[in-house]
Amino acid sequence: METLERVIGTQRVFAELAPEHLAVLTGCARNHRFTAGQYLCREGLPANEFFIIRQGRAALEIAPPARHAVVLETLGPGDVAGASWLIPPYRWSADIRAVETTLALGIDAACLRSKCETDHDFGYAMMKCFLPMLVQSLNAARLQVLDVYAGPYY
Amino acid sequence: MSMPAPITERGAFVPTPYRVIAARRELGDTVTLNIAPQAGALPAILPGQFNMLYVPGVGEAAISLSGATEAAFIHTIRDVGAISHALTRLPPGASLGLRGPFGTAWPVAETQGRDVLIVAGGLGLAPLRPAIRHLLAHRERYGKLSLLIGARTPPDILYPHEIAQWRANLDLYVAVTMDRADAMWHGHVGVVPLLLPRADFDPANTAALICGPEVMMRATAQALLGMAVPAERIHLSLERNMKCAIGLCGHCQFGAAFICKDGPVMRYDRIAPALAVREL
Ligand SMILES: Cc1cc2nc3c(=O)[nH]c(=O)nc-3n(C[C@H](O)[C@H](O)[C@H](O)COP(=O)(O)OP(=O)(O)OC[C@H]3O[C@@H](n4cnc5c(N)ncnc54)[C@H](O)[C@@H]3O)c2cc1C
Ligand code: FES
Repeated sequence: METLERVIGTQRVFAELAPEHLAVLTGCARNHRFTAGQYLCREGLPANEFFIIRQGRAALEIAPPARHAVVLETLGPGDVAGASWLIPPYRWSADIRAVETTLALGIDAACLRSKCETDHDFGYAMMKCFLPMLVQSLNAARLQVLDVYAGPYY
Repeated sequence: MSMPAPITERGAFVPTPYRVIAARRELGDTVTLNIAPQAGALPAILPGQFNMLYVPGVGEAAISLSGATEAAFIHTIRDVGAISHALTRLPPGASLGLRGPFGTAWPVAETQGRDVLIVAGGLGLAPLRPAIRHLLAHRERYGKLSLLIGARTPPDILYPHEIAQWRANLDLYVAVTMDRADAMWHGHVGVVPLLLPRADFDPANTAALICGPEVMMRATAQALLGMAVPAERIHLSLERNMKCAIGLCGHCQFGAAFICKDGPVMRYDRIAPALAVREL
């Protein structure tokens, strides 16, 4: 059977992580299984744990009042679900809903933050894992706002 | 020995009469026309090239090849103004003029032996379709093939039936994403560069063919560079306003290049500096 540490080590976001840091990170991780329709995160609730999707799909969505939820992004294998755990007030700013049966690694956010504070080398390694993902999300959100296919042609 | 006649005297400006063989509405504002010469044989054309389609009394527009049969060119046109509107209204049997084919092609021969990543945004799937069909017709010559398609909303997806056939092909990875959708859409949502990490390709041995709105192509090219795909193997199809289509009038000038003859398909390493120039 695959160990949790090995599974974590194969995730895209942790591809560059040194083995000793992987071991530290594994101490904060556990496996999850979400059925279709189950929420991984709910807007406004404490961001105590974030997820890395291993299998399945989840929708990052915001629900305007009295209307269908708007899906902003679909998350799939290798994607990190949730960033609100990184900064105060550590509360989710959107919902993340499993679209189909979804297997995910859950990382205890308080555990990880405290390990980053205690060991800054580990903290820096974590920052190098998560920062590219955040910049990628920011770029993607900008492109989405441009609504490029609505132009005069294309 | 006589000098070759200047291109202007060889009829490059004179449209050849064609006829609409079939017209098919793809989307609310988008139509596909099959057109055949009224006399003579269909000229040779390569995936990625374009024709200047002329509606008598209205004008001429550059339209990429979106497919071909033995006897007809296939063009997919989005109604955005006077000429494209007139083109999308042509019924079967109608006459139109054609100059072409013009421009550079997708490098389907040069990419043999490599993984090929095709990234299409919106109507950008149209100029890529002949390349996709070519790759699938010669599947054994290529490594892994991935097709990533972005559209605005689910009803805006071009060629849904053909995409479904491509999806059924186990030898081609196909992913479709929407820029926006509500929870009723069960497919993928997010801009097309976000699909790149999901496709299976070896960056060092990959060629990328990209077509769509220029901002989307720039973002995709940047993401590919970040994944270590060499800039010289990233190919984009560019668009600028065109008139002559033979490198004479300067309407389509793009830095030192003319899109009509040095493009529309161009290598990213050669055009990246010009792409960063505003209002070019
Ligand atoms: C190489 C090439 C291949 C093309 N392939 C296709 C195709 O396969 N299908 C398709 O539907 N269209 C294609 N186009 C675009 C098409 O040529 C234009 O949409 C058409 O010429 C517009 O003419 P119009 O009279 O309908 O609209 P116009 O009234 O001339 O223009 C409508 C709007 O589009 C803008 N516009 C038009 N053309 C351009 C341009 N080239 N660059 C920047 N802005 C522009 C105008 O400023 C205006 O806002 C291609 C263009 C090029 C250069
Ligand atoms: S359209 Fe005249 S130079 Fe290109």
